[in-house]
Amino acid sequence: MTAKRADKIATIILDVIAGVIVLILASLLGYILVRGLPEVSWHFLTSPSKAFSSGGGIGIQLFNSFYLLLLSMLISLPLAMGAGIYLAEYSKPSFATDFVRTAIEILSSLPSVVVGLFGFLVFVLQFQIGFSILSGALTLTVFNLPLLTRNIEDALRQVDFAQREAGLALGLSRWETVLRIVIPEALPGIISGVVLSAGRVFGEAAALIYTAGQSAPALNFADWNPASISSPLSPMRPAETLAVHIWKINSEGIQPDASAVSAGASAVLILAVLLFNFAARFLGNKLHKKITAG
Amino acid sequence: MAYSLDDRFIRELPADSEIALSTDDLRVFYGDKEAIHGVSLPFERYKITSLIGPSGSGKSTYLRSLNRMNDTVPGAHVEGRINYRGLNINSSEVDVYEMRKHIGMVFQRPNPFAKSIYDNITFALKRFGMRDKEQLDAIVEMSLQGAALWDEVKDKLHKSALALSGGQQQRLCIARAIAMHPDVLLLDEPASALDPISTAAVEDTLLRLKDSYTIIIVTHNMQQAARISDYTAFFYSGQCLEFDETSKIFTRPKIQATDDYVAGHFG
Repeated sequence: MTAKRADKIATIILDVIAGVIVLILASLLGYILVRGLPEVSWHFLTSPSKAFSSGGGIGIQLFNSFYLLLLSMLISLPLAMGAGIYLAEYSKPSFATDFVRTAIEILSSLPSVVVGLFGFLVFVLQFQIGFSILSGALTLTVFNLPLLTRNIEDALRQVDFAQREAGLALGLSRWETVLRIVIPEALPGIISGVVLSAGRVFGEAAALIYTAGQSAPALNFADWNPASISSPLSPMRPAETLAVHIWKINSEGIQPDASAVSAGASAVLILAVLLFNFAARFLGNKLHKKITAG
Repeated sequence: MAYSLDDRFIRELPADSEIALSTDDLRVFYGDKEAIHGVSLPFERYKITSLIGPSGSGKSTYLRSLNRMNDTVPGAHVEGRINYRGLNINSSEVDVYEMRKHIGMVFQRPNPFAKSIYDNITFALKRFGMRDKEQLDAIVEMSLQGAALWDEVKDKLHKSALALSGGQQQRLCIARAIAMHPDVLLLDEPASALDPISTAAVEDTLLRLKDSYTIIIVTHNMQQAARISDYTAFFYSGQCLEFDETSKIFTRPKIQATDDYVAGHFG
């Protein structure tokens, strides 16, 4: 076989493989959206779910998902930033650094259901926080932290070492160089990492079943006092999220319209995650342009 | 070819010359390996001194230790004295960040920040507390003029520095360094990544800067060293074998290794 012919065959095979991947994704998305979108209405998006009768919505679950996402990001982002900056900028090659890195890798490969059980044992039972948004957010932090840290570390490492030298040679301290030169340049990468991990957190179910709970008690949207248990802002209330809701309806739902609700909820979930992905790219590019005066 | 590393000639500067920076028995180690074996050199104020020598001779390593940029290399440490204004700046008591404001550096590969041309120059100044817009504008113009870049960029100061050509980026890096008003400017092969026209522009820039700065430049290019420098130091195998006025190094070197190197017999 000539080199030219071999290359042609390889190209065709690779094209086919790429095509198959796109096809799988497209049919998956298409199936979920075609089945689910007809069920989605303003009423569906805003009204509370019903356990025994038809006509329930996903309003509270949707709110819970966003609120939980916000809380877990508030906890995990500062930690991941600190860890990422330490690993990329400050740590010297040593046994301790290797150990931290290995720990992060192992943590990131833990199945989310195991992380969920850990959260149940530690936050829900041991710390007696109970089934609550707070337990869920802490558990999601455990789930999210390793990948986010890794992401931030990688984004920082992508910045040319010469940029750090440039800052130091002007008499800037290492911290100023990291804060004012390296982080701004890495920001697009950091932002897309954050938004992508937000998508993962948003769609997570297994880690939340035993931590944030499987019930969505009625909320009083007129009550914005976080200390009140019926307030949407209360971190101590149990909060079923959209992904958990889908899992629950499909495993033990007894509503007559269970499959319709599940299809609609899945479509909303997928759309939200897609939105995160596009937002990640858009924000990243936009920010890069702004910062680099490009 | 093996040369005797004991054959050396280091010219004493005239007693009335003003020394901006000097080293005594400077040794640089990477881990256990000694990369620079005790180099003692004086650098006269408002002169250009070239450091030449084959690849791996240690000239860049030596240069980078002068403003302690080797501190950033894991496992590196520097012994010996670096004298600047009566102070040994190779000491843990010296504030390296403050010192680097006085001893600026331009690197081999242009490394402008991913910011606008204007911000590249004002960034560090603002960090050190300069807020006055007019003063900043004046410094931007002055340093860009100093680096012979002003006419090319004056209409796009707020455009990204990354859109400039390699030669322009390097002159921007020089402008950024002189905006800090350093005493001493260290340049590590600043023209090695540039085309001949940009190289000529950088050389012209350096010759004009000589009036107000002490310049130490590492170069691979012997014509460049001959064209712009007053003194030349020849590095070989981690040692400085010869230091003399540039005209003498290139016409009547006293050491065999220097003679062979400038004649192009190895490199």
